[in-house]
Amino acid sequence: MNPYNYLYVAAILFTIGAVGVVVRRNAIVVFMCVELMLNASNLTLTTFSRINGDLNGQVVAFFTMVIAACEVVVGLAIIVTIFRSRRSSSIDDASLLKR
Amino acid sequence: MNPTLTIATPEAVMFWFMAPLAVVAALGMLLVKKAVHSAILLAWVMITLAFFYIAQGALFLGIVQVVVYTGAVMMLFLFILMLVGVDSSDSLTETIRGLRPIAITAALGFGGLMVSLIGRATLGREAVGLEVANAGGNVQGLAQLLFSTYVWPFEVVSALLITAALGAMVLAHHQRTVARPTQREQAVNRFRSGSLASAAGLPGPGVFARHNAVDVPALLPDGSAAPSSISATLKARGDVIDSSAYQLDNVDTTVTEEK
Repeated sequence: MNPYNYLYVAAILFTIGAVGVVVRRNAIVVFMCVELMLNASNLTLTTFSRINGDLNGQVVAFFTMVIAACEVVVGLAIIVTIFRSRRSSSIDDASLLKR
Repeated sequence: MNPTLTIATPEAVMFWFMAPLAVVAALGMLLVKKAVHSAILLAWVMITLAFFYIAQGALFLGIVQVVVYTGAVMMLFLFILMLVGVDSSDSLTETIRGLRPIAITAALGFGGLMVSLIGRATLGREAVGLEVANAGGNVQGLAQLLFSTYVWPFEVVSALLITAALGAMVLAHHQRTVARPTQREQAVNRFRSGSLASAAGLPGPGVFARHNAVDVPALLPDGSAAPSSISATLKARGDVIDSSAYQLDNVDTTVTEEK
């Protein structure tokens, strides 16, 4: 086995996450799919850090985790705010700007 | 100079066992209907990734993955799911016509492109491995980088975290547009609106002293069950017991109207 196999897993997980963002309608599930994509990119960074024998990739992955935490906090607050005014967590219902 | 990377058999076994499970769980996340099930599957994918990190010599990232992602972030997701309503399952009907086939085709194309790209690309040198970089300890090595080369991004990120926390507080803050009703106003409203029967409070569940569980509806004088004595949640779930079995036999339940 060579370490590139981790990259294949990361690519597949990233693709699945991207499909989920497009296909699913529940805002919370869409958010979880974004998390999956971020995790896949973290796996890529860690794997390249190992291939290159260099810890810089792991530091960047650590920063990605922090950014993901910020994103989840603000995103979920937005979902709760929308839910409070529209009584729904479907992304199709938040369409005021369309009309 | 640097030793080339050799992967031991235990890691290979771990990889071939965990990687298909992670992919299956991620696919299941797309396909299951309930958001809670998606959350549990995502937690499993994240734990798998933590295994991968630790196997790849990223000990610190592996622990942080478990603590931050499966601990804090997934807990936050489940918390919001409870707040928004667990029953809010996704409507799987397409709102944009033909979106799903297009999305799947694009994903197959993108995924195939990525996989074939990784398969064909070479770095032009052997993989190195982290033995040299981790010689003084993984956490120590990361700390050295974080507090020297990356100290400015580190501080910016801390400012970002504080801003995000403040932003979440501002977004979640709920400003009252009308004053909170006092107890006196609530009491007056209770008597003025609806019927006097609701003002006295709802009937409690249970039949005499024979069965006082919350899922047994109270009996009305004519022997029928009182629907208002049961919680709406129990009724929606169908967890309601037929209470006519607990009736007293020697009680005359016929209703005679007085003229």
